[in-house]
Amino acid sequence: MIDIHALSGAYVVDALDDTERSLFEAHLADCPACRDEVAELTETTAVLSSSLVEEPPSHLRDSILAGITTMRPLPPLVPDLAEHRRRRFRWMPSLMVAAAVLTAIAVGTLLIGNAGDPEQPVLTADDVISAEDAERVRVELDGARAVIVRSASVGHAAIITREMPPPPDGMVYQLWLQDPDGSLASAGLMPRERNQTLLLEGDATSAIGAGITVEPEGGSPQPTSEPIIFVALS
Amino acid sequence: MSNDPVPAGEPAGTGAPTEALAQLLRRSARGDEAAFAEFYDATAARVHGLIRRVIRDPAQSEEVTQEVYWEVWRTASRYDSNAGSPLAWLMTVAHRRAVDRVRASEASHRRESSWSGRNQPVPHDETAERATTALEAARVRSAMTQLTDLQREALQLAYFGGYTHREVAAMLDLPVGTAKTRIRDGLIRLRDALGVAR
Ligand SMILES: [Zn+2]
Repeated sequence: MIDIHALSGAYVVDALDDTERSLFEAHLADCPACRDEVAELTETTAVLSSSLVEEPPSHLRDSILAGITTMRPLPPLVPDLAEHRRRRFRWMPSLMVAAAVLTAIAVGTLLIGNAGDPEQPVLTADDVISAEDAERVRVELDGARAVIVRSASVGHAAIITREMPPPPDGMVYQLWLQDPDGSLASAGLMPRERNQTLLLEGDATSAIGAGITVEPEGGSPQPTSEPIIFVALS
Repeated sequence: MSNDPVPAGEPAGTGAPTEALAQLLRRSARGDEAAFAEFYDATAARVHGLIRRVIRDPAQSEEVTQEVYWEVWRTASRYDSNAGSPLAWLMTVAHRRAVDRVRASEASHRRESSWSGRNQPVPHDETAERATTALEAARVRSAMTQLTDLQREALQLAYFGGYTHREVAAMLDLPVGTAKTRIRDGLIRLRDALGVAR
């Protein structure tokens, strides 16, 4: 179990792995005390290297200054927009880049003989995983691995995790499905298990994406933080 | 040694006060290339010194210094003076990129040589040294004596070595999970000794 507040120092000196970093950044959004501490420790860290002074070669200066003439400075983030984004988080393609914690590799269609019993009344994750039209997207995050599987014919999605670190105390991993209109529906909470195979709640037939956020115990009606995992489904 | 908090003044090695740097960033954000060149001249020795220390390889260090300044040019408008000083913002960008580079290349020779070589002379160009730098460096050296040996070593391995807290724990024979605490405690002591405030 991680004491999430204690990660502030390691965060400031970039000593967290990618998973911990995204967990801590999700936590920062909701913890003013950690935000203040991070700000102060960041100033402290900047002073730490004050004895390291090395003038770069002049050709580097030339190359850097020549380069900027071909680059357009980005516009400021308008406060309204930033606030809106924080309150009502939407999964846009750019956020997948922003999260920058994962490389999603589409593995393509998996063909496995249907081992499930066609008469089976209760749907299980296995039905999704072993469906002929199962579409799988694998995500790796610094040692942790997840595969998200969706079968249009079964109408559901499932997730398989391996070596997934537990969420911070008082928090839970929540699953989400994204509809074609961009809206997000909760697909259930994940038990605190490193390795598990789980059926996502809700109809996934037309979902265009699936993801996981870190939420307060009990879950949230809508995500309150950026996803630690997000995959696009086709 | 002294643990009197010393008010932070002009950022060391930049030869420019915080407000002047913030002004240069604001002008850069509007596409002012001359302002950006001034910002570069005021800060490049600090940025390159840190990057050289983390990466060590001169050619790769130059590449990363270039990436850092290009990122600064593109994202100058995102600098928020309420969130911290321009130098802290800049050094954060520089450190993150340097660490990303060493972790990505994961050159085995660095992994082996760096630990034994952590007491090697740091990049340090006498001709570039300014009076403020010497003063600031002395202040930091003094503040560092307030840390326990473990705090100091953990902090230096993480910040200058670019190692994760798990790697630091392994290097210092600490139980996993305690290195991050040492790093944080060390930074907090340093903050208090330096009298750093926002
Ligand atoms: Zn906190």
